[in-house]
Amino acid sequence: MFNRFTPRIMPGFGLSLGYTIFYLSLIVLIPFSALFTKTFSASWAHIWESISEPRVLASYKLSFGVSFLAALVNGFFGLITAWVLARYEFPGRRFVDALVDLPFALPTAVAGIALTALYSTNGPIGSFLFEHFNLRVAYTPLGIFVALTFIGLPFVVRTLQPVILDLHADVEEAAACLGATRWQTFTRIILPALLPALGTGIMLAFGRAVGEYGSVVFIAGNLPLKTEITPLLIITKLEQFDYSGAAAIGLAMLLASFVILLLVNLIQWWNDKRTAHDREEN
Amino acid sequence: MGVQIRNITKTFNKFVALKNVTLDVQPGELLALLGPSGSGKTTLLRIVAGLEFADPGHGQILFHGEDVTYHSAYKRRAGFVFQHYALFQHMNIFENVAFGLRVRPRKLRPTEDEIRDRVFTLLKRVQLEQLAKRFPSQLSGGQRQRIALARALAIEPRVLLLDEPFGALDAKVRKELRRWLRQFHEETHLTTLFVTHDQEEAFELADRVAILSEGNIQQIGCPKEIVQHPTNTFVHDFLGLDI
Amino acid sequence: MGAFTNSRALASARHITGPLPTSARTEPAWIRTTLIVITFAFLGVFILWPLLTVFHEGFSKGFGFYIETFKDPITIKSIELTLLTAAIAVPLNTVFGLAAAWALTRFKFKGRQLLIALIDLPLWVSPVIGGLIYILLFGRQGTLGPWLIDHDIQIVFALPGIVLATTFVTFPFVARSLIPLMEAQGHAEEEAALTLGANGWQVFFRITLPKVKWGLLYGIILCNARAMGEFGAVSVVSGHIRGKTNTMPLHIEILYNEYQFAAAFAVASLLSLLALITLFLKTYSESRTAQQLREAQELTTLSH
Repeated sequence: MFNRFTPRIMPGFGLSLGYTIFYLSLIVLIPFSALFTKTFSASWAHIWESISEPRVLASYKLSFGVSFLAALVNGFFGLITAWVLARYEFPGRRFVDALVDLPFALPTAVAGIALTALYSTNGPIGSFLFEHFNLRVAYTPLGIFVALTFIGLPFVVRTLQPVILDLHADVEEAAACLGATRWQTFTRIILPALLPALGTGIMLAFGRAVGEYGSVVFIAGNLPLKTEITPLLIITKLEQFDYSGAAAIGLAMLLASFVILLLVNLIQWWNDKRTAHDREEN
Repeated sequence: MGVQIRNITKTFNKFVALKNVTLDVQPGELLALLGPSGSGKTTLLRIVAGLEFADPGHGQILFHGEDVTYHSAYKRRAGFVFQHYALFQHMNIFENVAFGLRVRPRKLRPTEDEIRDRVFTLLKRVQLEQLAKRFPSQLSGGQRQRIALARALAIEPRVLLLDEPFGALDAKVRKELRRWLRQFHEETHLTTLFVTHDQEEAFELADRVAILSEGNIQQIGCPKEIVQHPTNTFVHDFLGLDI
Repeated sequence: MGAFTNSRALASARHITGPLPTSARTEPAWIRTTLIVITFAFLGVFILWPLLTVFHEGFSKGFGFYIETFKDPITIKSIELTLLTAAIAVPLNTVFGLAAAWALTRFKFKGRQLLIALIDLPLWVSPVIGGLIYILLFGRQGTLGPWLIDHDIQIVFALPGIVLATTFVTFPFVARSLIPLMEAQGHAEEEAALTLGANGWQVFFRITLPKVKWGLLYGIILCNARAMGEFGAVSVVSGHIRGKTNTMPLHIEILYNEYQFAAAFAVASLLSLLALITLFLKTYSESRTAQQLREAQELTTLSH
C-alpha cells in the first residue's frame, strides 16, 4: 500500500516513464487504435467479405505458405552459417559475419530491384535456370521465395550464434568420452540444445517475411490470385478508397503477427522451464 | 550524535530484510556490522547511504542530529565505498576523485585550482598520487580500493560507509589495507560504519561490533565484550566459540 | 568472438604435437570444409551477388551517366527529402530510446514487460500497416480527416505523414539496443555518483551516457539506415508526387518502373553504400561495446 509513496532511489522515474508512455501513445498506440475503429465502423458483412474474398484468400495462402518455406530453408542454411561463424576459424570469417546483416541494412526496395535483375530470365542467374532447367524465378511464387529468403536469413543466424557460443564444452567432451561419434554428439547433444533458438529464429524470419513488402513487389509480378501478397492487397484496397476493407485485412495480419509472437514466447517459456528444471536436477 | 538508526524495517516483496533495527554510531567511532550473508547488513548500510529507503512510516535515520530519512542519496553527503568499488571506468583516477567536487551546485563548487589541490592531497593521503592519469582498469585491486576511498573522502563526508571493503582482495593485500585503514581512522576519526562477514576483520578493526542475523541485531559491544559474553547461542555459534 | 575462437585454437595447438587428431569439440576437416563452402555459396548467391548487382547495373551505362543521374533535380529533391525525414525521425527516436531505456532498466514497476512488448510492436507488424494506420487516422476518409480538411492541414501525402510513418517503423531501434546493454552494465557507477552528490541529470550526462555511447551509436546507426531506406510504410502515405513526396526508395521504384534501370540502380547504389557504411560502423561499435562490457566485468570479478 505504501509502496506508491516510497521515493525512488534513482532519479527521473516520473519523467522518463511519462515521456516513454506519451511518445509511445502518440506514435504507436493512438494510430493503432484507428485500425480497430475503422475496421469495426463497417458492417460485419463487409468485414467478412473483405477478409475472405477469393483474391484475399489466395494472397494469405501465398504469403503464409511461401514465407514458411523460406523460413524453413533459412533454418537449414542459417544453422550451418551460424555454426561455421561461431566455431570455425577461416579467412574471411569477419567479412562473412558482417555480410549476414546486409538484409537488415539494405533498403528493401534496393534488394527488390537487385534480386529481380538477377533472377529475371535475362539476368545472370535467371537465364541460367531458365535455359538449363526451364525454371522461371522472377514474376512467379519462386521469386517471392527468393526475396523472402534474402530477408529472413539474419534472424536465424543472429538468434543461433550466441547460443552456439554459450554451449558448454564439457558436455560435448563428456559425450565423446562416453564413446559417442561426432555425429551422435551433434544429433543427441548439440541439436537438442539449439532447437529452441532455431525455432525462435525460424519464427522470427517467418514473421518478418509475412509482412515484407519492398523486396517482394518488384520480383513478384503481382498477378491477382497468383503472385499477389497480402500487404500489397492492403495498398490496393486503399487505392480504391476502401478504408475499412484495408483496415480489416490489416487487422487480420496483425492477428497473425500476434499469434507468431505468442509462439515465439511460448518456445522461450518452454525452454526456460526446461533449463530451470535441469538446474534443479543438478 | 554520530549516526542514529531508529526502528528501521525493510521488506522486499514479502521478505523481511530488517526488523525494527535501532543502532547508534558514536561520533568518531569505527563500527563494524558483522553477520552471515543474508543477515541484512548490506541493506542496512545502503539505507544509511540513501541507496535504499526503509519501509515508509517506519523509523528514522539521523546524521549528527539531522533527520535524513527521506533525503535522496545525493543530498546526504555520506561517503560510500562499494564492494566492487564502482569506479567510473571512462574517467581517469584524477577525474574519479574530483567527480564529487565537480557536480556541486555552481555556488558551492570549488575553483579548478582548489579541486586540483584537494584531489592531490587525497591521492597523497592514499599514497597513489603518481597514478592520477591512469584509468581504473589499469590499477590493481588494492589500488582501486584506495582510490574508491579517496573518492568518497573528497566530498568531506559526514559519515563514511564501507561495504565489504576488502572482500574482493587476496589475503596479503587485505591484511595490509586493514592495518592502513585502522591507522587512517586514528588520524581522522571520521564516523565510520563498515560491513563485513569476516569476524577476524571486524574484531581487529572496529571499536565496536554489531552482530546481525535475520534482520535483527543480536549483540553489540566492543570485541572483547562479545567474545567473553556472547548473549545468545547464535552469536556463540557464529563466532565458533568453544563450549 | 574472434578472440574466443583464437584462444581455443591456441590452447589445443599447444597440447597436441604431430598430426592433429580431431578434437572432441570439432568435426573432421572434410566436414568443416564442406560447411564453410556451403556458407560461402549460400551467402554469395543470396546476399553478396545482389549487392554487387546494384553497383554493376548502376555503372552499366558508364561513370558519366552515373554522375548525370544525380544532377537530375527530381533525384536531388528525393535525396533532400530522405535526409530531411531521417533528420527529424532519428533524433525523435533517440530521445525516446534514452528515456525508455532509463525507465525500463533503472526501475522495477508493474507492466514493465508489457511496455517492452509494445515498444517492439512496430518491428512485428508489416511496414504497410505502419503506413496504413496513419491513412486511417489522417486520410481524407480517416478518423480525423474531415477536421483536418476544415482546418486546411495536410498530413498524409505530405512531409508530416512521411515523417510519421518513418518514425513508426524505426521506433524501437535505439531503445532496443540500449535496454539489454544498460541491463548488463547494472547501475553501481550511477549509485556511486549519487552518493558523491550528483543529481539526476549529472548522473545521466556524466556517467550513463559515456557508458552507453557505443551502444547508443549502434542504435542510431540502425535507426538511420532504416529511416533512409524505408519503402513500404512511406509508400503508403507518400502519395508518390514526383519531386515533392518521393523519398529515394520511392524514386528508385519510379525510375525502375519507367525502365530507367541504370538510373534506378545508380540511386540504389547510394543507398547500398549507406548500408555498407552502416554495417561497418555496426561491427565497430559492437566490438567496442563488447570490450567495454568485458572491462567492466574484469573490474568487478578479477580485482587482485
